[in-house]
Amino acid sequence: MYKPCRGEAGVSAPGKRVIWVAGTAVLVCVLIGLYIGFYLTTSPGDASASAVRTPVGTQLYLATVAASELSDPHPTWVSYYQTDARDQNWHHATTYELPRNSLVHVTIYQFDGQSGLRNPFIAQATGVIGGSFELNGKPTRTIDPDAASHIFAIPQMGVSVPLAGIPDSAKNPCDNAPCPLSTDHETISFTIRTPGPGLYRWQCFVPCAAGYIDGFGGPMQSVGYMDGFIKVV
Amino acid sequence: MNEVHHFRRVLLIWVVSSVIFTPLVVFVLAPGIPPGDGTVQSAGQVTDNAVLFGLSTPIALAVLVFFAYSLIVFRERQPEAVLDGPPVRGHAGIQLWWIVVTSVIVLSLAGYGTARMLDDGAGGGQGPNPIAKPDPSQPPLQVQVIAQQWKFLFRFPGYGGVETAHLELPSNRMIEFHVTSLDVIHSFWAYQLGVKADATPGADNIAYVQTKKPLGFDIHCAELCGVWHGYMFDKGAVVAPTQFTAWIRQQQVRFAPIRKSLPPYSTTYFPEPQKRAG
Repeated sequence: MYKPCRGEAGVSAPGKRVIWVAGTAVLVCVLIGLYIGFYLTTSPGDASASAVRTPVGTQLYLATVAASELSDPHPTWVSYYQTDARDQNWHHATTYELPRNSLVHVTIYQFDGQSGLRNPFIAQATGVIGGSFELNGKPTRTIDPDAASHIFAIPQMGVSVPLAGIPDSAKNPCDNAPCPLSTDHETISFTIRTPGPGLYRWQCFVPCAAGYIDGFGGPMQSVGYMDGFIKVV
Repeated sequence: MNEVHHFRRVLLIWVVSSVIFTPLVVFVLAPGIPPGDGTVQSAGQVTDNAVLFGLSTPIALAVLVFFAYSLIVFRERQPEAVLDGPPVRGHAGIQLWWIVVTSVIVLSLAGYGTARMLDDGAGGGQGPNPIAKPDPSQPPLQVQVIAQQWKFLFRFPGYGGVETAHLELPSNRMIEFHVTSLDVIHSFWAYQLGVKADATPGADNIAYVQTKKPLGFDIHCAELCGVWHGYMFDKGAVVAPTQFTAWIRQQQVRFAPIRKSLPPYSTTYFPEPQKRAG
C-alpha cells in the first residue's frame, strides 16, 4: 500500500494559496526592481558624439538649425547637430562625450532666426572661461535679449551661453540641415572646464518650438533636439 | 466566549499598545522626520507632524489590533463548518460614538491646522494677498522667485532689482518670497526652509519664512512641468548676514552688464516678444 513520504502528504489548500500569493509578490517585486534598476543604470548611448582632441585642446563643434534634415522623423523641428571645424560632416547628435577636468573649446554655428528670451537675465553668459564668449570673433558678455535664438546651457555646470539669431532681414537663410557656411549664420565660441566624470544635462532656455503653443512643445519637450546630455568621461 | 469578552480584550490590547507606542512615535520618531528645524516654519511643521502622528497612532493601532485579533481568534480552522452567520444589525450606541469621536478628531485637526496657518502661514504660498503676515516690527527681505522651464532664478527688489542664478539668504531674518512663473505652472519647494509655493504665470504667490542659523538647502520644482521637471533643482544656502551682504554685492557687480536689459521689477511678468515660437 502506498504510503506518502513525510512532507509529500501535502500542502493544505490555505498553504498553497499562501505560496501562490508569496510567489506572485516576489515575482512582482523582482520585476519592479529590474525596471527601476534598468531605469537608473541606462544612460543615453545612441547618437552620441565625441569632442575632437587637437594639439591646441579639445574642440567641440556644434550647429543649430531652424529645421532638421529632410530625412529626419521631424524635419520641421529645430535642432542641434554636431559638425566639424569646416562645417562639413553633419551628425545629428545631442549627446556629447567630453574628457573630464579639461578645458573644452566649443564652437557653435548658429543658422536659426531670432526668437527672444522670456527672461532677459540669461542674455548674459555664465560659467565660461574668462566670463565672455566670442560672437563672430568679437568678445561678448551679453547680447540683446530680443535677438537671442537659443541658449546653450548646462545647468549642473553653471554654463549658460546666449546664441544670437540671424536677423529677420537675412538674405540667405538655411532652411534645413545640413547648412553650409555660405548661408547666413552667427559663429559663437567659448571655453568651458569640464568637471569630474558624470552625466550632465544640457538644454535650450528659449521656447523655440515653432508651431507649438508658446514654443514649448515638440523639440523643447523631446530629448534629442533642443536638449541632451554631456557625458564626461 | 461571548462578544463582550472579545471587545474588552481588544480594548485592553489597544490601550496597552497605544500607551507604549504613541509616546515612542511622538517623542522618538517624529522629531527626526523632515523638514527639520532650519527655520521657524520648518520647525513648526515638525511639531505639526508630531501632533498628527500622536493622534493617528492610536487610530492606526485600533485598526491593526482588531485586524490581528480577528485573524488569530476568529479564524475558522474547519472550513466545512462555516455557515452563514446571523444578520448584522445596526447598533445605535456604536454608531453614535463613532460619529462623535470621528467628528471631534476631524474638527480638532481642522481647528489646529487653521490656527497654525493663521499664525505664520506655515511656509505655504498664500497668494497675492496673504492673511498670515509676519510681525510688522521686522521688515522682511523680499525675494522674488522666477520659474521657467527648467530653472529657478531669483530677484532682490531691495537691492536694486538684481537678479541671480542661485539663492542665498541671511540668517535670523524674515524672508518674503514672491513666487511667479514665466511659462507653465511650477512649484518652488525648499523643504529644509519649510516653504512650498506654486509658481503660476501671471500670479504673485507670497510665502513667508523666518530663517534661523546658517544651513544648506535644496530647491526643487514640485509640480510636473515638462520633460526636464526632474532636473529642475538647485542648491541654496542660509548664511550669516555679513556674508549675505558680501554675496549680494558680488552678484550686483557680476550681473551688472545685463542689469540694463532687465525689465523693471514687477510682481508678475508677461514676456514678449515671442517672435517665432507659438
